[in-house]
Amino acid sequence: MTLAAADDVILEVRDLVKHFPVGGGGLFGGPPAVVKAVDGVSFAIRRGETLGLVGESGCGKTTTGRCILLLERPTSGQVIFEGRDLTTLSPAEIRIVRRKIQVIFQDPYSSLNPRMTVGQMLDEPMAVHGIVPERKARRERVRELLAVVGLLPSMVGRYPHELSGGQRQRVGIARALATEPSLIICDEPVSALDVSIQAQIVNLLENLQEQFRLTYLFVAHDLSVVRHISDRVAVMYLGKMAELTDRAALYAEPLHPYTQALLSAVPIPDPDVEARRQRTVLGGEVPSALNPPPGCVFHPRCPIAIDACKGAVPDCREVRAGHRVACIRA
Amino acid sequence: MNDRVSSGALLDVRDLRTEFTTGGGVVRAVDGVSWDVRAGETVALVGESGCGKSVSALSIMGLVARPAGRVAGGQILFKGRDLLELPEDDMRRIRGREIAMVFQEPMTSLNPVLTVGRQITEACEIHLGHTEAQARARAIEVLRLVGIPDAERRLRQYPHQFSGGMRQRLMIAIALSCSPDLILADEPTTALDVTIQAQILDLMKELSRSFGAATLIITHNLGVVARYADRVNVMYAGRIVERGTAREIYANPRHPYTLGLLRSVPRLDEPKRERLDPIQGQPPDLTRLPRGCAFAPRCAFAIERCRAEAPPLQSVGGSHLSACWVAQDLPQRSALSPQPSGDGEEIPSSRAQRGISR
Amino acid sequence: MTTTTDIAIVEAEAPERRRGWLDVVLDFCRRRPLGAIGAAIVVLMILVALTAPMIAPYDPLAIDFAAMLAPPGADHWLGTDAYGRDVLSRIIYGSQTALIVGFGAAFVGSTAGAVLGVGSAYFGGRVDLIVQRFMDIFISFPLIILALAMVAILGNTLPNLIIAMTAPMVPRCALVIRSSALSVREMPYVDAARAAGFSHARIILRHMLPNVMAPYLIMLTSFLGQAILLEASLSFLGLGVQEPTAAWGLMLRGAAVEFAETAPWMALFPGLAISLAVFAFNLFGDSLRDALDPKLRTG
Repeated sequence: MTLAAADDVILEVRDLVKHFPVGGGGLFGGPPAVVKAVDGVSFAIRRGETLGLVGESGCGKTTTGRCILLLERPTSGQVIFEGRDLTTLSPAEIRIVRRKIQVIFQDPYSSLNPRMTVGQMLDEPMAVHGIVPERKARRERVRELLAVVGLLPSMVGRYPHELSGGQRQRVGIARALATEPSLIICDEPVSALDVSIQAQIVNLLENLQEQFRLTYLFVAHDLSVVRHISDRVAVMYLGKMAELTDRAALYAEPLHPYTQALLSAVPIPDPDVEARRQRTVLGGEVPSALNPPPGCVFHPRCPIAIDACKGAVPDCREVRAGHRVACIRA
Repeated sequence: MNDRVSSGALLDVRDLRTEFTTGGGVVRAVDGVSWDVRAGETVALVGESGCGKSVSALSIMGLVARPAGRVAGGQILFKGRDLLELPEDDMRRIRGREIAMVFQEPMTSLNPVLTVGRQITEACEIHLGHTEAQARARAIEVLRLVGIPDAERRLRQYPHQFSGGMRQRLMIAIALSCSPDLILADEPTTALDVTIQAQILDLMKELSRSFGAATLIITHNLGVVARYADRVNVMYAGRIVERGTAREIYANPRHPYTLGLLRSVPRLDEPKRERLDPIQGQPPDLTRLPRGCAFAPRCAFAIERCRAEAPPLQSVGGSHLSACWVAQDLPQRSALSPQPSGDGEEIPSSRAQRGISR
Repeated sequence: MTTTTDIAIVEAEAPERRRGWLDVVLDFCRRRPLGAIGAAIVVLMILVALTAPMIAPYDPLAIDFAAMLAPPGADHWLGTDAYGRDVLSRIIYGSQTALIVGFGAAFVGSTAGAVLGVGSAYFGGRVDLIVQRFMDIFISFPLIILALAMVAILGNTLPNLIIAMTAPMVPRCALVIRSSALSVREMPYVDAARAAGFSHARIILRHMLPNVMAPYLIMLTSFLGQAILLEASLSFLGLGVQEPTAAWGLMLRGAAVEFAETAPWMALFPGLAISLAVFAFNLFGDSLRDALDPKLRTG
């Protein structure tokens, strides 16, 4: 299961499983139904790289991120961050580790506390973790953080509702940076923003990565943005890893039929290109994670499925160096 | 507006002004906008949140929320009649019957306590005077048309028993049930996954062709527009800044905002760029618009005149219009796109532009 | 490498928003005149309570048989009661009891309820379930019965009275606050606080509690009114404040009923005082709720 040279791996996720019980267990007993949000996912992130995690809604990409952040307790599996398995830590130890793993959320409107000013939001984590114990120095540091994310120092006294969407997302990024993390989980950080602002934020994230040597897990559904920002890309479908490889390989030569369909579904802003494109439009919809199909979870929608796909769950195996695919036909 | 073929237009919006009174002052959400939709064609209104695209649609449907909002001026000619002059009763007959709407949120636009069948048949009974049996037959027919299998059983189900994509199909089925002449689709695929988006767009395109219905599609997604629309209106801060056929707009954008939007989006069919080229600054505050061109504060090509005087929408070649004083001097889009050698190298022109803008 | 600072610097004007407390007060009066009236009455009530010995024309306990059941007039502005005690003076002193008991009970009750409700929503799962069932049991008793039982067990001293009145308020408040807190719990900023490694107490008190301020203030102000009424009812039933202490509820009781027709001022004026206080607190509370919401503050 070693996916990369052990020395430069910052985070390794091994056989991560997260099942949510729903209903059931009530008056009439019966085993509660289980949503298999994440079902045996493994990957590693190297220090300083960006791993894109893509898939459609309900594929488990966000839950994977939340498990790494320990916002959800994994049902089973390991989350090894800088050599320590986070799932075995005590609450006190977790609180310390959290400094090093931060998160940027999708919705810049609901991810900032409406009752706190920008200054308070940035000050608090530094105070709590004792990163900058002295109050005056902290105030200075807050201004620095604002400058780093491209905001004016005069914003410290503002409340979130006084800011535009792009500005709020910058505050969210500054808050994530306040604890000096080494890994940031970016959960759809640009998909709620206006198109003209998205590029600003993507550039900001890239610049910050260079400046502070950050590692990103970039969770998104927009394949064009993921291609732009990621070094490697993992594609998830219905709680499972479908394909994981280098950016270039994935976009030039996708091996999993789902990845191929996903790529061909992305609209390109050019009518001429659109007219020339060969597209595979997938039939059907993503099945419910409550009752995933047997065998390969993708087989009911797969254009190249054979009988064997209905029986065996395909391993996410390495077909080429650094290119893993969960498809027996790849 | 010399491009209007007054006889051929199904919907002809002339100098529409819609205002909202807010705590911060009067917001001109739609500020003197003119455009038209001809029978059977697909027209797009593209822009970001707050540009006035959705308010335009609500104005047409007569659904602008009062008392905060009101249509302050202009005409909305639908088949020659001014919808703004029509009494509410007549308007109600047009809504749903002749102009149908498909909303963004298929989750919240369906009534959760009514069966799906009831939500389709209701419109047919009201607008077409169908009997219950006729309406049911019609409902089954449209469900089949939008590709919902097992229509008879599905009619008895409730919206929560449908997935997101299926619900959007339902919305389209409801819109089609009375064979409208015009469908207003407000961000019809935004809430859907990419693979489902493709299905729905293909479906809408095919259906509007076979039904001969015109479609007005309102979206922020440039990719959707490229695949789908015949003509495109780009809106910014309540005004149309550029208009043309999809090909004109994408191949040869003549407004810095359109140009900026196209350049800021990473494209799968182009080599990866070192950095994206964003549009600078923040979206405009509609209560405090600048005197001249609303885009001037964010524009890399702005000249003195832009800050003093708002440019009119004028032809830059045939039916292609742009509201920009320097429309003819803008660089070509292709000149700004990174060429094959560009992988890993920042494009010089983008750096130059960054320098210009403060 | 280009830094990002050049890209996004936003509109330059950023008004300094340092305001003195006087500006805040004036602003509040201008924007919310009704709330200002409520606040003025509340402030007046507090002042009256504090300066009672100075402003009361008579000793509230002084019995004057010569002036029994005197109608309002020059000597006794609001008349006297069956013992010849000055009604105005008793109302003035009664405001002390009303404030201590009413404000005390309402504040303690709704604050404890809010913390419990938010905590219950935050931890969720089993904690939530146990807390909720416990609350359900408490709620199944009517307000006054529970308070009566508590007073009967604890004895009717003033602190006990407050505790007794608090007991039925806590679960009611907790229930309302919990439902708001459940939606706050789902907000990404709470996740962000968890991801930042903050303690449970900090997340509950600093991140979640301020965001349920609106229902909290509604509960607080409605409890204020209820508490003053409840105190009056308990006194009326003989379980609250005891004679001869001046208390509004007590003044409505006994002789006031007997002489309702011949000496209506005995019941009328304390009744008015109760209504006015409840009304003022409600007005003030509503405006305070809006004023404390940063979204409405500058809008």
